[in-house]
Amino acid sequence: MSRHQAYRNYDYENDLDEFDGEEAYGEEEDEEELSPEDKGTVFNITTTLQPPVKQSDTDPHSAQMEAGTIQVQDALGLQASKVTAAQIQEALWHYFYDVDKSVAYLVTKHIASPEPKAAKTAPVQKNKGEGESKAQFSSPTPHSILDLAKSSLEQILPSPYAYGGNTLAHTSRSVAGLYLGSLYGITDGQADLREVTPGSYQSSKHFSFADFFNDMPWGNIPKDRETTFIAPLYPRGGLLGGADSPKKPSKLRELALKRKQKAEEQKVGSTDQDVQGTTAQMSQLPSPPSKKPGLGTLLADRKRKVGDLGQVEIPPVTKSSPEPSVKTPLDEPALELAMPSAFAQTLVGSAPAAPKAIPKTSYQLPYMAFTSSVSEAFSGPSPDDVVLSAQAKASNKKLASSSSKKTAGHDVKMDQASEGVKALNVDDAPLPKSKNLDVLKEYKNSKAKKSVSFVVVGHVDAGKSTLMGRLLLDLNVVDQRTIDKYRKEAESMGKSSFALAWVLDQRVEERSRGVTIDIATNRFETETTSFTILDAPGHRDFIPNMIAGASQADFAVLVVDASTGAFEAGLKGQTREHALLLRSMGVSRIIVVVNKLDTVGWSQERFDEISQQVSGFLVATNFQLKNVSFVPVSGLRGDNMVHKSTDSAASWYTGDSLIQELEESQPLARAVDKPLRMTISEVFKTTQSPLSVAGRVDAGSLQMGDALLIQPSGEKAYVKSLEVDLEPVDWAVAGQSAIIHLTHIDPIHIRVGDIVCDLKQPVRCIDTFTIKALAFDVLMPMQVDVHRGRLHAAGQIVEIPAVLDKVKGTVLKKKPQVVKPGSIARVVVRLGNKMPLEAGQRIVLRSNGETIAAGLLE
Amino acid sequence: MQLVGAKSSQRLNDVGEGSVSLLPVEPEDMWHANNLISPEDVIKAHAVRKVTTESKTGSTHSERVHTDLTIRVTSTFFDTAASQLHVSGTVIVENSFVNIGQYHTLDLELSRPFTIWKKNGWDSVATETLKESLKQDKEGTVAAVVMQEGTANICLITEYRTILKQRVETMIPKKRAASSDQTSGMRRFFDKTLTTLMRSIDFGSPRPLLLASPGFVAGDFKRYISEQATKKADKAMMAMAKEATVVHSSSGHLHSLNEILKSPEVLATMKDMKFSKETRYMDELSARLRKDDGRAWYGASTVVKAVNEGAVGRGGGVLMINNSLFRSLDLDTRKKYVALVDRVRDDGGEARILSSDHESGQRLDALGGIAAILTYPMLGLDDDEDEDEGDGQNGVIEEDLII
Repeated sequence: MSRHQAYRNYDYENDLDEFDGEEAYGEEEDEEELSPEDKGTVFNITTTLQPPVKQSDTDPHSAQMEAGTIQVQDALGLQASKVTAAQIQEALWHYFYDVDKSVAYLVTKHIASPEPKAAKTAPVQKNKGEGESKAQFSSPTPHSILDLAKSSLEQILPSPYAYGGNTLAHTSRSVAGLYLGSLYGITDGQADLREVTPGSYQSSKHFSFADFFNDMPWGNIPKDRETTFIAPLYPRGGLLGGADSPKKPSKLRELALKRKQKAEEQKVGSTDQDVQGTTAQMSQLPSPPSKKPGLGTLLADRKRKVGDLGQVEIPPVTKSSPEPSVKTPLDEPALELAMPSAFAQTLVGSAPAAPKAIPKTSYQLPYMAFTSSVSEAFSGPSPDDVVLSAQAKASNKKLASSSSKKTAGHDVKMDQASEGVKALNVDDAPLPKSKNLDVLKEYKNSKAKKSVSFVVVGHVDAGKSTLMGRLLLDLNVVDQRTIDKYRKEAESMGKSSFALAWVLDQRVEERSRGVTIDIATNRFETETTSFTILDAPGHRDFIPNMIAGASQADFAVLVVDASTGAFEAGLKGQTREHALLLRSMGVSRIIVVVNKLDTVGWSQERFDEISQQVSGFLVATNFQLKNVSFVPVSGLRGDNMVHKSTDSAASWYTGDSLIQELEESQPLARAVDKPLRMTISEVFKTTQSPLSVAGRVDAGSLQMGDALLIQPSGEKAYVKSLEVDLEPVDWAVAGQSAIIHLTHIDPIHIRVGDIVCDLKQPVRCIDTFTIKALAFDVLMPMQVDVHRGRLHAAGQIVEIPAVLDKVKGTVLKKKPQVVKPGSIARVVVRLGNKMPLEAGQRIVLRSNGETIAAGLLE
Repeated sequence: MQLVGAKSSQRLNDVGEGSVSLLPVEPEDMWHANNLISPEDVIKAHAVRKVTTESKTGSTHSERVHTDLTIRVTSTFFDTAASQLHVSGTVIVENSFVNIGQYHTLDLELSRPFTIWKKNGWDSVATETLKESLKQDKEGTVAAVVMQEGTANICLITEYRTILKQRVETMIPKKRAASSDQTSGMRRFFDKTLTTLMRSIDFGSPRPLLLASPGFVAGDFKRYISEQATKKADKAMMAMAKEATVVHSSSGHLHSLNEILKSPEVLATMKDMKFSKETRYMDELSARLRKDDGRAWYGASTVVKAVNEGAVGRGGGVLMINNSLFRSLDLDTRKKYVALVDRVRDDGGEARILSSDHESGQRLDALGGIAAILTYPMLGLDDDEDEDEGDGQNGVIEEDLII
């Protein structure tokens, strides 16, 4: 008889029993303690164990049942009185005479509070008698082992990922087990060990996800009403592996395992200390090269992003082995617990938690019990990964201890990777719940303050940012301390007068150059209104950003520099262009702030002169005078802004202060009942969500859980949560500046300027369109920059079909050679790329740094 | 391109009905060849052809043979990015591998001569193209990066065309409280642009580099290059940073090259190049169009009318016509345009054939590929345009990666 045969007949039950009490987790310890022989035994038992072995004694069931009952009673010791023989037999029947599982089941099921000690010590006694090998090798007392186990568990517990093999054995096994374990049930023995050690679960609180609910009195609740456990997303260690249908491992694998065992023998003496050492070191481990580094990290990364959406409700569980999973039906006797084939497994998913919690009266088809989804079949690492890592481990004897650390890290990585894989399958993760609110009704019922946004424009260095900084300071939105800090920093750069502007100019570049580059958004509230400030850059190079700001504004504050020479320069420069752009973006109300009036001694003449000139050209650009008001202020000092000026020279001004003027402004009519449109003005990461977008809702409404379409990428996304004015809300409507936390979309599909729109009535992406444009400059077929809000792209005027009459809109001339400034023409524009555009949107055409036309898309 | 072969001694002026053997030596020559070769021409060049022979038993055996083939061109395809020219046609001279009438596509290669026969002889436009292609005193090409926050267009400006080598796009986080995000985003963008630039353009021998952007991006990028060069102690990169000229442009889109090429910094280095003259003419044209003084017209029908009136002649008359109009049209149209060019030259005006692969040509393309500055104002030229408006649309077709 071959040695192998001898092992087959070895009384493995005892071997298994002996570990009952002392093995707190995983096989690492058990393998450490075992002599090579023992290990061989366990190995062979666990790997080659097949149902027929159990029944190798000729008379099958009844004899076995009896023997099993006795064993179970033995194992239960004092507790045995609490269960009836019938119960034991039923359990044995369920577990196919697997004594250990039955014991575990009985302990959790019928013995209300199993005493860990009892369960533990009893088998150990037995062990002392039989398993001498263990004593020879290293003979830690059961308690010391238990302590050790507990302590390591405690270390491990806080982080589900930190759990990982402390030793080579564990990790290699768990890694290998990820796949093989589930396929071959190769780690049965170890799995069983865990199951029969109630003490160990209690010390670790939750061992496997299903076990966590073990002591729940499910009673006779029908199966279909039971909750579905979604298996946690770490790699399947195979530690609880299938109990009764192991398949013969391949020769290669046997070889690998043997080599690994040898490697362990060498270090086994020191392992006890190592265990704690390694667990402690785990966190500092450099992540080992993953099998597929690119993918791995990518997935891990992704997982982190999507993680909190998909897996919130899953409690952190220490890495538990998967439920007794695949049992190959091949060599199995046609018996009760027929397990699905590996194929079926792949199709249907892994088995649910050990069926012990289900008091069955009749046996269902095997896969009827499977609840997890198909995707789980792929949640583990690929077979290749598993085999490769197992081989790597096996050949790596010398580096045993160091590689144990590595593999532990690897494990973590795998863990993340596999979760990443899971997360990839986006449809699988739960979608954010929608409250199905009637947003419009909610909006009407809400008694919120009116919310208004305004853009601050003007020539470069007119003092826009400083003005807003002062406003925020006087309204206590920013505190004096911050300003003082800025002032100090600004002084060190030799620009102390920019301190107030730094409230809004946050970028390093902006501060060092003293120029606003991008739109800055800030908000403040008065008693009646909540305002959103859009501080636009004045420099001509950044007009695209100013257009972006103006497109989000209800009204505008035009800042004019009153100091000598500066006003005149501004009038020629951006003061005029900004006014023009505002009008073409549909802004009709303007508050003209005559700034820096303190530098000309609050001269009323100067104020009147400026007012006259500005209103002159505002009228020329089609603003109505009733929508224009003038306020003389000093932005740096704060006169006439929140408080009236205290300067006696300014006493001639009796009108409203700036803040009063602001409060008088009414928001534009909101297109709340239109389909949703929102231009993304910012894309960023937050702690709350890996992908958030901010912008003003242009039209329509949205609420949590809504599915949205991002154009032009055409990707679908879901609203995880919403913020309006930095407050989390359930819905948002047109006119509000919202932050949307998105899920189920990759960040590469979203760029600033994209449009978030309704799924059912999306914006179309087009590349050729016609606008009815007012020409500010000569138009001819030429290359232009096309601006729409944040979006801008290169394009070309391809055709000018007609010049139109300004008032009547009739065609004056067909196909003109050029369009003269001031006339209105129909212009066909073709873009380089497709852009999300639709009729009624306002388009600005620029060329060579100048605005040449603006109009409505037809 | 070099003239080779038995006829290389013949002066260019004598090129009449005969053939010309040419040896392309640099990628730019392929572009010239593309302009030179039109359908119905005959090309003889080296070819690699797969020849399949069938034995008596029916087994086939195929091999690739090197041979010279003579084909009548049916179409050409020019791969702008790779500068490769593929000429398809039917074989007209039989040899041991091919029969008459079989199709073949010649891939013209550098350093391999080819011979060209013009079916309809060498007209003035073709001769001029040939002359241009044989010009030896080539100005160095200029590398340019037109950028704005998050976008960079890396291109190579040669005498005849502008090649967009690569476009870099990175998402840069917009202004938030945490401004470090933004700064690191910019660094990432610069890094990506720099590596792409080094990869796509050969800086082995120093060549001028233009950095253009609105705002401060280009200046920052230049600083970034020299920073990186110092850090890596990379001599080539240091030289590159030193050679770099920062130019202002109003946007980061490629068509801003127009402004860049006009900037004094560029004109100083490249004033003699063909395109800078053309850019000047285009600017004059648009200035006149702006004034609408009746001396600038675009579109085929109006220009033809003006030329026929003799308005494009001595004393400032300029005809601008895109070479794309000569390339793919049928023979009659080509003849019409050639006649137009000849007429203008006869009248003493200037006829410029613009490269449609260049920035100025692209602007002309937008105007229909043909425009003229007249010597005296003519009004109402476009009055009856409705009749033949199809003509004007010819040039307005292609807008790929090339300006």
